[in-house]
Amino acid sequence: MRGQPTNKRLEKHHIENLIGRIYMSFCVLLLIVIIVSMVYFVASKGVANFVNGEVKVSEFLFGTKWSPEADTPSYGAFPFISGSFLVTLLAALIASPLSICAALFMTEIVPGWGKKLLQPVIELLSGIPSVVYGFVGLSVIVPFLRDTLPGQGIGVAAGALVLSVMILPTITSVAADALASLPQNLKESSFALGATRWQTISRVILPTTFPAIMTGVVLGMARAFGEALAVQMVIGNAPFVPHSLFESASTLTSVITLGMGNTTMGSPQNNALWSMALVLMLMTFVFVLLVRMLERRNKI
Amino acid sequence: MQFKKSWIMALALTSVLAISACGNGNNGGNNATTNNGGNTPAATNTESSSGAKLSGSVLASGSTALQPLVEQVAEKFMDANAGVDIQVQGGGSGTGLTQVSEKQVDIGNSDVFAEEKLKDAAKAAELVDHQVAVVAIAAVSNPKAGVDSLTKQQLVDIFTGKITNWKEVGGADQAIQIINRPASSGTRATFESFALGTKTEDLKGSIQEDSSGTVKKMIGETPGAIGYLALSYLDDSVKTLNYDGVEPSVDNVVAGKYPVWAYEHMYTNGEPNETVKAFLDYFLTDEVQTGDVVELGYIPASKMQVSRDVAGTVTPK
Repeated sequence: MRGQPTNKRLEKHHIENLIGRIYMSFCVLLLIVIIVSMVYFVASKGVANFVNGEVKVSEFLFGTKWSPEADTPSYGAFPFISGSFLVTLLAALIASPLSICAALFMTEIVPGWGKKLLQPVIELLSGIPSVVYGFVGLSVIVPFLRDTLPGQGIGVAAGALVLSVMILPTITSVAADALASLPQNLKESSFALGATRWQTISRVILPTTFPAIMTGVVLGMARAFGEALAVQMVIGNAPFVPHSLFESASTLTSVITLGMGNTTMGSPQNNALWSMALVLMLMTFVFVLLVRMLERRNKI
Repeated sequence: MQFKKSWIMALALTSVLAISACGNGNNGGNNATTNNGGNTPAATNTESSSGAKLSGSVLASGSTALQPLVEQVAEKFMDANAGVDIQVQGGGSGTGLTQVSEKQVDIGNSDVFAEEKLKDAAKAAELVDHQVAVVAIAAVSNPKAGVDSLTKQQLVDIFTGKITNWKEVGGADQAIQIINRPASSGTRATFESFALGTKTEDLKGSIQEDSSGTVKKMIGETPGAIGYLALSYLDDSVKTLNYDGVEPSVDNVVAGKYPVWAYEHMYTNGEPNETVKAFLDYFLTDEVQTGDVVELGYIPASKMQVSRDVAGTVTPK
């Protein structure tokens, strides 16, 4: 008699456990299926042009002439690949110092009100939709660049500036987390040796957290590489490798968004856009791999 | 509790499925009865305006240039026909043509003839063209460029990069900045075929924007800018240029004097079913053609005094 309720409870636990496990397995399986099918879909469409001999891989990757609507079409995507890398690197160069300083300010210099003030403001930045960034870029940054610098304002510089603001929150929050998780005794020993706060930050804190901060930078770059709408609005989208920062250029994402709707599925031009999507996906893998490697170094 | 909840969920799911299946069955039944009634197209028309028997759902996708018009007309059509549900999606002309040719949607909206976009001629031949409106496109410049009119040759020279300063065409001493559309855009295709008469390559340093709103903003703000916009987008922030001395006005387009225009097409795969046909017929009624079409800045297809075929040959109606 006394054992019975315990037994029942155990049974109930078992059933709940089983349901939970089935539900979890189902979700995980679904997730795997989705990911695999997405990768397969992009890859199969992306290689279609190369498989049926429409375009050579080398011509696609290194060709500088993009004129899909011409009578003898050419599908050189090098201007877009280089454009994507250029704006991404520039955006990371602009945003990283700002983000790292903001993170240091929040964790080391004024952890109290500094964090309370800065963190919500920076998190707010990540909640603003891309199109708003694009429009602000078009209405504020582009006229400013046009009035103060050579060129028409629209171009690589405008794209990089808009992107740098967009990736600020990513880099800042990862860097701030890394700095906050630094063991207290490292700093204390440094101070005990008579080091100033600046010496501690530059010689102890930054070197030890460098891999983790770089993780943030790489994540920010991955975001910048994949951002489409805001860049498309301010970069100009001329299919050429830019010779100056104030010249119109294109990114992979901007060409995909401009062309995808206007081309028909299965046409070589549409497939070329999918090849660009494949390049984007492979680059994302590279970024993820980089983050993984940095994390491993971080642990040692 | 967990068990009970999942049972309830399962029950709910099945009942939803059953209900939706019934709904489809009903729709089918209604369609069948109207078909059996042996309605002539004319009878369907009167029904659509009185809102009697039409039912079913219609899915249209494609051209973003045509989307606002289709949406507005669909609203009105659904008000008159309670049983009809019309959904309008954007996505671009290419998407619309692909989807209608693969029967994913009932209507594919396009700025260009299907034959120009679909490489597979057999697929294009399956589609039935319904021309519901006309869009005219005008060359526009920044107001400070100081030019009122350009000839065809001058436009060609500008868009191929031979003329790079406004003073060469009688304007201010100001470098020309081209604000173009992406190579795949229907607006660009129309402008190139009928204003320039030739395809153009993208020039280094030219700017490409996808939306008409952005193009207008850029032309209005950028010194020396030139581009092209549909008539409905024109206002005082940009200077509308005459083409070979002809003003790009609705009257000139209708009379066939101004050549830079294109049909807005609504393609169906094969002959449309009754509901779709009624919707497309409604588009061509005077109520829509002189009402919504004009109101949203398009030109009524029914008013055109000339017509044009796929090859671009213009004939008086």
